[in-house]
Amino acid sequence: MHDAGKVIPGIIAFVLFVTVPFWTNFGKAAPKPQPELPKEYKKCVESKEFMRREHMKLLRKWRYDVVRNNMRVYINSEGRLINMSLQNECLRCHTSKKKFCDVCHDYVAAHPYCWNCHIPPEEKKGWATKEVKSLTEEASSKQPASHH
Amino acid sequence: MGAVFALVTVLAFVIVVYVGVGIAGLRGLFGIVIPYAAFLVFLIGMVYRMIEWAKIPVPFRIVTTCGQQKSFRWVKRSRLESPYNNFEVVLRMILEVFAFRSLFRNLKAEIKGPNLIYGSYKWLWLGAIAFHYAFFTILLRHFRFFSYPVPEPIQILDQIDSFFHIGLPHLYMTDVVILAALTFLFLRRLADPKLRYISLASDYLPLFMIYGLVISGILMRHFFKVDVTQVKEFTLGLVHFHPKAPQVGVIFYIHIFFLSALMAYFPFSKLVHMLGVFFSPTRNLANNSRAVRHQPAPWWKKPKFKTYCEWQEEFKEQLIESGQPIDEDCYEKK
Repeated sequence: MHDAGKVIPGIIAFVLFVTVPFWTNFGKAAPKPQPELPKEYKKCVESKEFMRREHMKLLRKWRYDVVRNNMRVYINSEGRLINMSLQNECLRCHTSKKKFCDVCHDYVAAHPYCWNCHIPPEEKKGWATKEVKSLTEEASSKQPASHH
Repeated sequence: MGAVFALVTVLAFVIVVYVGVGIAGLRGLFGIVIPYAAFLVFLIGMVYRMIEWAKIPVPFRIVTTCGQQKSFRWVKRSRLESPYNNFEVVLRMILEVFAFRSLFRNLKAEIKGPNLIYGSYKWLWLGAIAFHYAFFTILLRHFRFFSYPVPEPIQILDQIDSFFHIGLPHLYMTDVVILAALTFLFLRRLADPKLRYISLASDYLPLFMIYGLVISGILMRHFFKVDVTQVKEFTLGLVHFHPKAPQVGVIFYIHIFFLSALMAYFPFSKLVHMLGVFFSPTRNLANNSRAVRHQPAPWWKKPKFKTYCEWQEEFKEQLIESGQPIDEDCYEKK
């Protein structure tokens, strides 16, 4: 081999670069995200598979329908009527952003901008924190002046 | 013809995965066996390529320069166009790899009336650089599926790329750029009859495979959604060597298959220019053959020289007999 002094470091650099995912994860445990599901409610807006796959598109459609078209009722595939609202409807069952939304969002490094405008429910920290108030009251009092 | 062949090949890929995963349910084969095999082919193939290239002697400097080489001190020389030492070669190489400098010199020849006219034509350079940087950014961005927690720079890159907040999930700028660049690079081959004539299936196939990879990725993100959490569990499983094929839509397997095909094809196709650029003698050698005697050929041996004094010593008698003058300097004490 000619120029081994340059070629061999080059080969090593190439191999290290393309195997980055393998050696950076070596010895680390692969965590499995487990979002906490509500105990008292069994059915979400749509099926679990649908929600896992398409909740962001659904929420976007809701936002559009509410903000642009003043449509506030969603009819799901079973014919059930659902109030199109993140804070009043979704968060009614999923009471913790940290234990539900953030679990998977952090896992896949997604950065949804829901909370730029919406108020996440107050996290219960133990005996000292007060009960979660009616979310609508809180939302209207804390709503920022401008939002897109 | 080449374009049709490549298109049929790529469509066949889609059908194979559709049948294999969608109908036969071979998730393990398409999700685990083929990606691992393709990665091994890529890794071993690329290293093999480099070793084979490094074995080839380059007995003399192949200099393609378009600037003044090092000469007298009062002649202004061009350090980048005609590098004299390794440092200048490294500079030229960096610009070549990161800025595609030699492509920037691309010209277009056209016959206008009786004249052949050469004109500046930067579009190829622009298309190429847009394509490569978009592809590289997309590659880096995908690191979010192979790391937990995801490194901050990768997350920042992701947010910059989706800066415009179009749609949800946000549209990536690089996705738009790479599609535009690929379309340009493809149409460029079709539009010009001369270029179309010299384009082969092996020119179209990489383009179409990358098209397939990009389009399947965009479809998966924006249209035929898949559960991205399961996908990440799978990709992390791959790098931890205990993968479990995810129960997600066929579109994901089509994306993975295009990636596998591209990886396996890499060492055997024009795509190796990724490594080849570093082995190009016209780029990686200094133009110093007038200053340095290079003796790289393995069969080269230093010849035996004989000085005049040695020669005179050998034939001294004959020289004196025939009345030739003797160089007395050879006998002077030094």
